[in-house]
Amino acid sequence: MEQERSMPVSLLSPRSPSSQPYLSVSVTDPVKLGNGVQAYISYRVITKTNFPEYQGPEKIVIRRYSDFVWLHDRLFEKYKGIFIPSIPEKNAVEKFRFSAEFIEMRRQALDIFVNQIASHHELQKSEDLRTFLQVEEETMERLRSHDSGIFKKKPADLMQMFKSKVSDIVLGKEKPVEESNPEYEKLKHYIFELENHLTEAQKHAFRLVKRHRELGQALADFGKAAKLLGACEEKAVGKGFSELGAKSEMLSIKLQKEAHELLLNFEEPLKDYVRAVQSIKATIAERANAFRQQCELAETTKLKEINLDRLVLMRSDKAAEAEVEYKELKAASEEATKRFETIVVLMNQEIIRFQEQKTLDMGLAFHEFAKGQAHLANGVADAWRSLLPKLEALSVS
Amino acid sequence: MMMDSENQGFEEAQLYSSRDQMENLVVKEQLSSKSFSNYRSAMSSLSETHHPLSPPTILTPADSDPLLAPTIDRDVRNPKASDRLFSEPLHFSDVNSVPFDGNSFSDVNGVESPSKSSESSGGLSRSSSSNLEYIQITVSNPQKEQDVSNSIVPGGNSYITYLITTRTNMAEFGGSEYSVRRRFKDVVTLSERLAESYRGFFIPPRPDKSVVEGQVMHKQEFVEQRRMALEKYLRKLAGHPVIRKSDEFKVFLQVQGRLPLPTTTDVASRMLDGAVKLPKQLLSESAIAPQEVVQPAKGGRDLLRLFKELKQSVTNDWGSSKPAVIEEDKKFLEKKEKLRDLEQQLSAASQQAELLVKAQQDMAETLGELGLTLIKLTKFEHEEAVFNCQRVRAADTKNVATAAVKASRCYRELNAQTVKHLDVLHDYLGLMLAVHGAFSERSSALLTEQTLLSDLSSLKSRAEKLEAASSKVFGGDIARIQKLEQLKESIRTTEDAKNVAMREYERIKENNRSELERFDRERQADFLSMMKGFVTNQVGYAEKMSHVWAKVAEETSSYSKENN
Repeated sequence: MEQERSMPVSLLSPRSPSSQPYLSVSVTDPVKLGNGVQAYISYRVITKTNFPEYQGPEKIVIRRYSDFVWLHDRLFEKYKGIFIPSIPEKNAVEKFRFSAEFIEMRRQALDIFVNQIASHHELQKSEDLRTFLQVEEETMERLRSHDSGIFKKKPADLMQMFKSKVSDIVLGKEKPVEESNPEYEKLKHYIFELENHLTEAQKHAFRLVKRHRELGQALADFGKAAKLLGACEEKAVGKGFSELGAKSEMLSIKLQKEAHELLLNFEEPLKDYVRAVQSIKATIAERANAFRQQCELAETTKLKEINLDRLVLMRSDKAAEAEVEYKELKAASEEATKRFETIVVLMNQEIIRFQEQKTLDMGLAFHEFAKGQAHLANGVADAWRSLLPKLEALSVS
Repeated sequence: MMMDSENQGFEEAQLYSSRDQMENLVVKEQLSSKSFSNYRSAMSSLSETHHPLSPPTILTPADSDPLLAPTIDRDVRNPKASDRLFSEPLHFSDVNSVPFDGNSFSDVNGVESPSKSSESSGGLSRSSSSNLEYIQITVSNPQKEQDVSNSIVPGGNSYITYLITTRTNMAEFGGSEYSVRRRFKDVVTLSERLAESYRGFFIPPRPDKSVVEGQVMHKQEFVEQRRMALEKYLRKLAGHPVIRKSDEFKVFLQVQGRLPLPTTTDVASRMLDGAVKLPKQLLSESAIAPQEVVQPAKGGRDLLRLFKELKQSVTNDWGSSKPAVIEEDKKFLEKKEKLRDLEQQLSAASQQAELLVKAQQDMAETLGELGLTLIKLTKFEHEEAVFNCQRVRAADTKNVATAAVKASRCYRELNAQTVKHLDVLHDYLGLMLAVHGAFSERSSALLTEQTLLSDLSSLKSRAEKLEAASSKVFGGDIARIQKLEQLKESIRTTEDAKNVAMREYERIKENNRSELERFDRERQADFLSMMKGFVTNQVGYAEKMSHVWAKVAEETSSYSKENN
């Protein structure tokens, strides 16, 4: 899986490294480390860049899944309003945790995750990203375990918290203040609907992968039975069945291959799409929080102002204190307003980026899907077609 | 199908493959005249207009007649099989409205099909040819009828009858079209009578009786399944070169009203009489009571009992548990062993074929569901679009959705045809039952002969002893003399019976032999044809799907990594 998958063209210029700034990352080489319950997978993260803050043209570090989680959580905290790229889910059924396919799927997803960050014009400047890509393993471990205290909740849980909060708000269960922005309402509605559609599509895509495997198995078994039948029969028929059986078994392999391709090139991108939408929902929740804070602070400030005016009028000695408090509150309120407005601005930009990115991502996924299916169909047609003259010859003899 | 005109040997009609497609052609093969004359000698009184030396060209009675296009879709598993709704011509092979099989498609792909010339006009070319024999049977129009004779329970005892329509140009039938109503019980009777008359032949097994409750009996689905099974069965019978000309079969298809075949019969006595009278009586319009026919020859009642006991010892297995029968024919035993292996592998292949069909079916379903989901996504994205890239994405999604739906249809159609092709496996597995039956008749006949031989020799030795004893007494003992006379009578009868049994055994052996030959020949042809059909079908639909997906790949090629 190429690392440049989601990179805008402007950052892809390995041919002239000195001219254009570039940052290219690849997550490779999954290796199982440790034993028993403590066992985990480590990945090689290779960074190629000419960013001045980064070390050298190339740097390789070893990272594990929880390091990626650390990066994600820090970005989520720092860059409110930006749709933070999503990481693959943590929970995996124990026995599949080390299956080759699962490892490959996760590696691919992590690779996409880092690259999406590296190609985001704001996120790529993040110091946390630089830390993640550059520091030594021991430092990384220290940071990770230190921060795990603060970010106690797993991303999935965080999502869950925000999800329910957001849907509560959207459904009007909670009564706190809400933006009265029809365009934004439309967007929220769109996002929620989109998640439903995409989840369903991903489900069917996953089933399609399974069907390919099942068909492959059926062909293998049928092929075997045909060969055994051929062994019972004589002359032409025996030979015919043997050939048929052999072809069937060969095609079974092709189907298993296609199942794998389908999983990585079609189903996973759809899953990634779903996660991206969920990331937007998290941002929506953040925005709602920020809005609420802004409103509350504005309200409180207003009250404080009224109170202050009263005290001044009464020439109370509490007026000075009140003024200080009022000024602090006003500053906080302005901060909150600024935070909220930043989120709004960022979200507007992000939505455009998101839509454009997804058109490219899905376009590619569709292309790979169609290509894979065409390739499979061709293989099937060729294999069976090559059998026809043989069968023809057997019929005549 | 093979139409190699240079070859002297022609292939037999393919009745074991239940294909609805047209082009199972004209294949010519006759029974070897030797076996045929044996058969005739056994049924010496039968008026047989068929000349064994003229080449009967037998057509499949199947749905090949365009005048009688099958209205009922035989494919229970794929009700949408007849659905072919491509709104746009996808592929040149799509122009052929015919599903891909060994014949029509192979042309298009440039693979030489020797039978090219004969297929194109469907059934018409066949029926116009005068030297082509065909028989076509259809079962339709199930109706509920009351059993009026059993009026003890008013309104009770209802049953279903089916309309059986026969179209034929066979001389033996003396007519071209017949319609009768028969119930399932009649079919059971027919199969039983055939089993008796054609011992040693591979008689296609009849549909199961299905013990079901009264209510279920009339449920539409059950009735329809039974109708199809009956049709298949009768067509198989019609495909058997000997049975199709049997009196039992003819009577079943032609005689109006109640089926004039005895529902039970005494096999033993029929054997004694050389089984000659029965068929003659059936054909003539004079009603002769069944009991008269089975009246045993004088003095044969002991032997009746004997035969009955012998018949009971027949077991329907591969001859492992009855040590009494000494089958000396090594070649036959070898063949039997081989057939046992074949049956085993056939059963396994038949099972795997079913699983393959299921997997293709599931694939079709999931592709369809994916397509529909993507269409919904397309609509949604298009309606809610704020940015242009969303519309672009919606359009891309629509292309993939459409392709997925098309591919789904391809798989469904592919599967409908696969079912028909692979049905040949199931059919031959069913036919193995008939082979079992034929072989066990042989065992039973041999047992009869051997038992009679040993009985004869013991009777003779008893007679000798008695003779020796009475000769010592001058003038003789009247009681002893009488006893000797009785013994001598028994010996004569037993001698007769032994001769009948020997003839019967030889006859059955010969039937076995000729049937085995026919079975091997037809099986070869049917299996090869099945393989060709199956493979051609796969090629056709794979090409179709490749075309569909290649188009989408082309339409989305701008997104590919190479182009970025």
